[in-house]
Amino acid sequence: MDWLTRPWPWYVAGPIIGLMVPLMLFIGNRSFGISNNLRHLCAITQPGKVDVEFFRYDWKEHVWSLVFVTGTGLGGYLAGVVFADPNPVQLAQATQDMLLSWGFLLPADSLVPDELFGASVRNFTFLFACGVLVGFGTRYAGGCTSGHAITGLSTLQLPSLYAVLGIFTGGLLASWFFMPHMLIG
Amino acid sequence: MLRYLPYLCSGVLFGFVLIKSEAASWYRIQEMFHFQSFHMYGILLSAILTAFVSIQLIRRHARGQSLDGQAIEIPSKLPGRGSYIFGGLIFGFGWGLVGLCPGPVFALVGTGSMGAMVVLAGALQGTWLYGALKQHLPH
Repeated sequence: MDWLTRPWPWYVAGPIIGLMVPLMLFIGNRSFGISNNLRHLCAITQPGKVDVEFFRYDWKEHVWSLVFVTGTGLGGYLAGVVFADPNPVQLAQATQDMLLSWGFLLPADSLVPDELFGASVRNFTFLFACGVLVGFGTRYAGGCTSGHAITGLSTLQLPSLYAVLGIFTGGLLASWFFMPHMLIG
Repeated sequence: MLRYLPYLCSGVLFGFVLIKSEAASWYRIQEMFHFQSFHMYGILLSAILTAFVSIQLIRRHARGQSLDGQAIEIPSKLPGRGSYIFGGLIFGFGWGLVGLCPGPVFALVGTGSMGAMVVLAGALQGTWLYGALKQHLPH
């Protein structure tokens, strides 16, 4: 049962993730994508007084998708808590050196660094602001890594290529020019 | 309710893989954006290839029907360019900082990470903000 706790190589994980696209089509003719759920959650909770057209639709049509992400959370719990990997994330040597030069500690028992995710007003402000960028950007682009990079590119859609180019450029800018100065000026 | 079970099971598998492959790790995302390991590229490329090949197979061999009897069709993204690039840039910038895209956010929330819950709250706020500002944005 060792394989349940150990990390999985890319050639196992990637194909399983890719299978989500035909699986959703096969189960119910649905298009695989995660960030749509952010819209559904807003549509469900939109108060009667504020009426934004973008959230005025029948979200009950999309219950399948909300069920899917509920499963994603459950899968996260199983993989990250029940079958947790006791070893730290094994990074490339270059990445370890880079993190140290940025003032981060090497990974310990978590997938995310305590320096950014540990409970503090500063961290939670940072995380919330990043969340706003992710939520705003994915809706503006009409999809995220799953809907554009995986579903969109595998079905040869040009808009998804534009989105992926935008996503990658944005990620490079953040990771090269902002992240190094996040902890130390 | 039973008809949602296949979606639940697929979602569980998806979340499990995101954690086990460490695609939900901030460290792995920094490693990826600095081209220091093939790991994340391997995941994305093999996922795209698997999806591409299986869609070709469905098109050619299956009767083209889903389990519940609908004709399988792959919806086209709306034509456009600006919104895809601008939106992608904004999302990508957030991804490069926080190291989590929406799928991994949900998976990490499931592990009980308070930080991931804050990211999710922010993402809902950002989504709402987009909805409210939509008609004032270039598309």
